[in-house]
Amino acid sequence: MSAAVILAEGVEKWFGAAHVLKGCSLSVSRGEVVVICGPSGSGKSTFIKCMNGLEPFQRGRILVEGVSVGEPATDLPKLRARIGMVFQHFELYPHKSVIENITLAPMHVLKRSRGEAEDGARALLRRVGLADKDRAFPSELSGGQQQRVAIARALAMEPVAMLFDEPTSALDPEMISEVLDVIGQLAAEGMTMVVVTHEMGFARAAADRVAFMDAGRVLEDRPTAEFFENPEAGRSKMFLSKILRH
Amino acid sequence: MTGFDWGVIVRALPFLWDGMKVSLMLTGAGVLGGVLLGTVLAIMRLSPYRALSVAAAAYVTTFRSLPLILILFWFYFLVPLALGRPVGAFASAVIAFILFEAAYFGEIIRAGISSVRRGQLLAAKASGMTHLQALRLVVLPQAFRAMTPVMLTQSIVMFQDTSLVYVITLRDFMTVASIVAGRDGRVVELYTFAAVVYFVICFSASLAVRSLCRPAIA
Ligand SMILES: Nc1ncnc2c1ncn2[C@@H]1O[C@H](COP(=O)(O)OP(=O)(O)O)[C@@H](O)[C@H]1O
Ligand SMILES: [Mg+2]
Repeated sequence: MSAAVILAEGVEKWFGAAHVLKGCSLSVSRGEVVVICGPSGSGKSTFIKCMNGLEPFQRGRILVEGVSVGEPATDLPKLRARIGMVFQHFELYPHKSVIENITLAPMHVLKRSRGEAEDGARALLRRVGLADKDRAFPSELSGGQQQRVAIARALAMEPVAMLFDEPTSALDPEMISEVLDVIGQLAAEGMTMVVVTHEMGFARAAADRVAFMDAGRVLEDRPTAEFFENPEAGRSKMFLSKILRH
Repeated sequence: MTGFDWGVIVRALPFLWDGMKVSLMLTGAGVLGGVLLGTVLAIMRLSPYRALSVAAAAYVTTFRSLPLILILFWFYFLVPLALGRPVGAFASAVIAFILFEAAYFGEIIRAGISSVRRGQLLAAKASGMTHLQALRLVVLPQAFRAMTPVMLTQSIVMFQDTSLVYVITLRDFMTVASIVAGRDGRVVELYTFAAVVYFVICFSASLAVRSLCRPAIA
């Protein structure tokens, strides 16, 4: 499985005495889209934060393009620069304009010139449908617009993979589709992605595989069609029926 | 009861101005150095490395439990001993103020950093920034903005505290005003003048910063 962009094997994590990841494994190949779903508190956010080393873990291993995330010698900033991440609450920098939000890391991490970074940022803003918002501040944008800027900001680093942590769960219902459309577009273009979401319509349409987490374990990890037609674990059946009802 | 002689102030102005220069320079150096060293202390205190956070906490606790006047004495007598040569009252006062104020600014800045959502640091680090880059480019600007009013208050307190340097033979504005008051027997005039000067400076400083702060948050 050396083709995997992200490979997690038997990851265990404790927050103090709380055992929150109990041997989680996941493999994401180039161009693959994996959706992770599961009840709140099951460890989804913690698991994807382990994938780019934002959270340390105690056992198991995670390889990103063959580089071990948990190894003390690993240059984590360099590794993270190749993995984009989008958060539930956007986390745009409130003291910076939209264009500055997007150019900050390319200029300071990739050492791009301002002009080059701004050209790239404008192209990305067009791509997420916000070409006219470059000088706006995050507080002047709707939630959906902020999340699209956050996606553009992550893409500005030209990542080999993207991690999404419930990108639409903080949005008003009418803004969910504008964000999912952008993510779906990325998936169609072949971006490697791990998406934590409860948007099962999106999962059906865009995911190659769906993983179901519960209480710190990956209970199922199967091709999308199989997952929806015939969920194996009783827990995921219950979860699906609850979530698909509304 | 003779009338007040305000001319005494005009005659003493050059002398008073020398004192004001000492007060302003000490404040400037103390704020600048205190904020710089305080930022380092705050970052150390919030660091996951225990040795760093314990060292910073020990520093802050020590300097916050000692009166400023003692620290002034201490550096006035100890720094020359340590260096083996005299450094002068002004230099030792600057060092004392910077080290003392850093403990207070450090705590203010630490509160400022803690007030910034943790997700901001995570987002910055997720984009490939190092911890220090994320602090410098994303977290600290927000922390300083949130803490500007408190830091201003601390700077004003410090400006007033510079009058303590009379204990190590320095002549700040307040000290000079007392000297003139005693020498010319014009206590009311000089102390009224000093009060007005302190009020005008501190009040306009707070107005200036308030207007600076307003358009900053968009
Ligand atoms: N920083 C933290 N400190 C302590 N416990 C945490 C922390 N973050 C998450 N947890 C705990 O870890 C478990 C998994 O959380 P999380 O990964 O956020 O779940 P999910 O994203 O699936 O809702 C929860 O029980 C949560 O309370
Ligand atoms: Mg979560």
